[in-house]
Amino acid sequence: MAQQSVRNAVIIGGNRIPFARSNTAYVDASNQDMFTAALEGLVARYGLQGQRMGAVSGGAVLKHSKDFNLIRESVLGSSLDPATPAYDVQMACATGMEAIGSLANKIKLGQLESAIGGGVDTTSDAPIAVSESLRGILLELARARTTKAKLSALAKIRPSHLAPSAPGTGEPRTGLSMGDHQALTTQAWKITREAQDELAMASHANLAAAYDRGFFNDLITPFNGLSKDNNLRADSTLEKLGKLKPAFGKNLGDEATMTAGNSTPLTDGASVVLLGSEEYARSHDLPMLANFVDFEAAAVDFVHGGEGLLMAPAYATARMLERNNLALQDFDFYEIHEAFAGTVLSTLKAWEDEEFCREKLGLQAPLGAIDRSKLNVNGSSLAAGHPFAATGGRIIASTAKMLHEKGSGRALISVCAAGGQGVVAILEARS
Amino acid sequence: MADKYMELVNTGATKKLAKLLGLPRPPRLRRYTPDSPLLPGPVLVLGASARAQELSDILVSWGLDVRRHDAGEAKLGGILLLLEELDHPQSLSPIMLSAGRALRQLLPGARVVSISRPATAEDDPALAAVRQGIDGAIRSLGREMRGGSTTNGIVLEESTSAVSPSALAALRFFFSGRSAYIDGQFLTVRNDDGALPDDFGRPLAGKVAVVTGAARGIGAAIARTLARDGAQVVVVDMPQAGDSLAKVANTIGATTLQLDVTAPNAAQQIMDHAIGRHGSLDIVVHNAGITRDKLLANMDAGRWDSVIAVNIASQLRMNEAFLAAKLPNLRVVSLASTSGIAGNRGQTNYAASKGGVIGMVRSSAKLFAENGGSIAAVAPGFIETDMTAKIPVGTRTVARLVLPSLMQGGLPEDVAEAISFLGSDAAAGLNGQVLRVCGQSLVGA
Repeated sequence: MAQQSVRNAVIIGGNRIPFARSNTAYVDASNQDMFTAALEGLVARYGLQGQRMGAVSGGAVLKHSKDFNLIRESVLGSSLDPATPAYDVQMACATGMEAIGSLANKIKLGQLESAIGGGVDTTSDAPIAVSESLRGILLELARARTTKAKLSALAKIRPSHLAPSAPGTGEPRTGLSMGDHQALTTQAWKITREAQDELAMASHANLAAAYDRGFFNDLITPFNGLSKDNNLRADSTLEKLGKLKPAFGKNLGDEATMTAGNSTPLTDGASVVLLGSEEYARSHDLPMLANFVDFEAAAVDFVHGGEGLLMAPAYATARMLERNNLALQDFDFYEIHEAFAGTVLSTLKAWEDEEFCREKLGLQAPLGAIDRSKLNVNGSSLAAGHPFAATGGRIIASTAKMLHEKGSGRALISVCAAGGQGVVAILEARS
Repeated sequence: MADKYMELVNTGATKKLAKLLGLPRPPRLRRYTPDSPLLPGPVLVLGASARAQELSDILVSWGLDVRRHDAGEAKLGGILLLLEELDHPQSLSPIMLSAGRALRQLLPGARVVSISRPATAEDDPALAAVRQGIDGAIRSLGREMRGGSTTNGIVLEESTSAVSPSALAALRFFFSGRSAYIDGQFLTVRNDDGALPDDFGRPLAGKVAVVTGAARGIGAAIARTLARDGAQVVVVDMPQAGDSLAKVANTIGATTLQLDVTAPNAAQQIMDHAIGRHGSLDIVVHNAGITRDKLLANMDAGRWDSVIAVNIASQLRMNEAFLAAKLPNLRVVSLASTSGIAGNRGQTNYAASKGGVIGMVRSSAKLFAENGGSIAAVAPGFIETDMTAKIPVGTRTVARLVLPSLMQGGLPEDVAEAISFLGSDAAAGLNGQVLRVCGQSLVGA
């Protein structure tokens, strides 16, 4: 069947709150507080007060059970028309990418004229669950009708039941943390400590320079007294980074290369992106920064050792490039989410590797190398931080602005996620 | 604190006590709301002018009950003194004495407004004497007023008629609650430029206005007032104040622009945003300002230079860009300060910048007029804001009660009302004016 022609989905702009290291500026803020703040900043920047948007979509990775309708509740707390529909999405660290990509598709199909997509996460205000045995007893207590039955249920509680079970970053199926997973991948691709530290330093330097030239003036709205990402270390040096002890893959001994400096810390924050049809943007006198061209998700079998946990974007990229008849080199910007410096470097190395591209991606030739001067030019997660679901919105809004500033070209975005998943996307400048 | 004092001395037993003790009793000011009457009662028109009848007809069309020459026993909402044809100090006597007899009939919140001609060095001495004498008489009358009533004057430059758009707009402004905290001041109408609004309730309908420093205090009040008067507002403030700025924007349907006004391309960013997003740029309010107070003996370059950079150099640079862009009918209103007129201990840098604003406004009037635009400044006196709340209580009380005729600090809204008026098309003939909003404070007189 011939592909039906679809209209453009354009990125109008974005907004995020500064990202804060876990347990710092946003300890008292909930996911809903932060997502609402990000939304309110966007509404103010683009004059959306009282407007009924086509849809608002987003989500959080760490979510309280009371936050079952998080995005809709945030919309109700915002200045948007309360008649704006909203829904939650969850795809680990790719939540924001998936939310925005799906909205773009609906715009392309003519189902929506305008939409806001994004994500939020807090590890400071993380949900804490009770132990499974205590949960069983509490449910029994709730079902009990007589005082005697209630007392008998309560009598079953033991001190050991009271230990809370806090969410970790460990993969449920392997028990390994994301960092420990990546440490295996980093080692397998023989990524050096120096290369990782250099990438981390570049991230801080690039982000600091972007702040200095006012790049974030129309991308960030302060929140809770914070007006800049507080993970940013503008004075970071290779020497300082070189002194840090390994934090992940400690069982690798001397070959452990991943430190707190070249890995992203746990972070709190929220981001949103405003999308629309060309007609919507024009009729509201709104800018059109970039077209959301395409996106693709992939997943890998990390459970049985078939692939590294965070390598799915390498697969998704190959498929997306083929579908769009593009080479890896046909881009002016590459935004590869720096979950860990090792993730970025492993991905780049895999694309250059003939065997990997042939056997795993099914290609005849390797995708090849990229011009590293086009990679994460305004800094990425290592410097800014990585509130899981909020990372996609941060990258898409910044990248759209970069393309608009350049006035031409396209960008490749890649975001890895827990569960062995990843989402990649192509944006194209609007001249 | 000011409100509590005002409450105590104006109500119940404590009111009697306050009277007995001779304590200053700050009156409640009559402030503007869109549905309030222009004046609280009839207006008495005294004196002669070739335009007297025409003017009276206009007042009637504004819904006012107009009395000529004698109000009888009626309670009065205002007195209009037509003094433009006086030619000798002796000719002032009948009008002023008639006005004096009517003063006891004034309702709280009444307005006395004079219309006169300026005294110049070219005038015959007797003519110059009466004209300059009016200045002294009106300012003194302002100090005699009670119950929140005020006295202000309109000065018509020689070619200008009393029914020119800006003269009428100034008269309406002085009558209305918009001028609640303006007392003992004169506005000079330079020419017949300007146009009265179709709807006096929404004088800025269809206009796009930019307000810098709009995240809080006076700037936020200006943004709210411009929006209430019908303008589409763009609120500007430092990126660090973006969250408060967004709150202001979302309550009035404005858009935000996070921007440091000292950035070299600030004007360009403002024009891009206003014109790109809203179709035009009609009003710019230069409100962004900082204080870095220190006695000059202890002043460092950082404090001095940053105040000059934000408060005046940025405005000069932006205005230059606006003028170069030849925006049609652009109205600029700048925030000066009575400190820039009278000086204030520990504020040499601030006063230099605010005096600088006044100089800039006067000298830029001709440049803005070339494209049909205008520029004006408002000089606030003691205004109740977070900034003045930090002044030591003794100094603050003196500033509030003793210095102004109105015996109280003004509100950010009082400054905002003056700015909205001077930014409107009706004020085009007031190009180059500096208007004090100070409750007739002794400071800066």
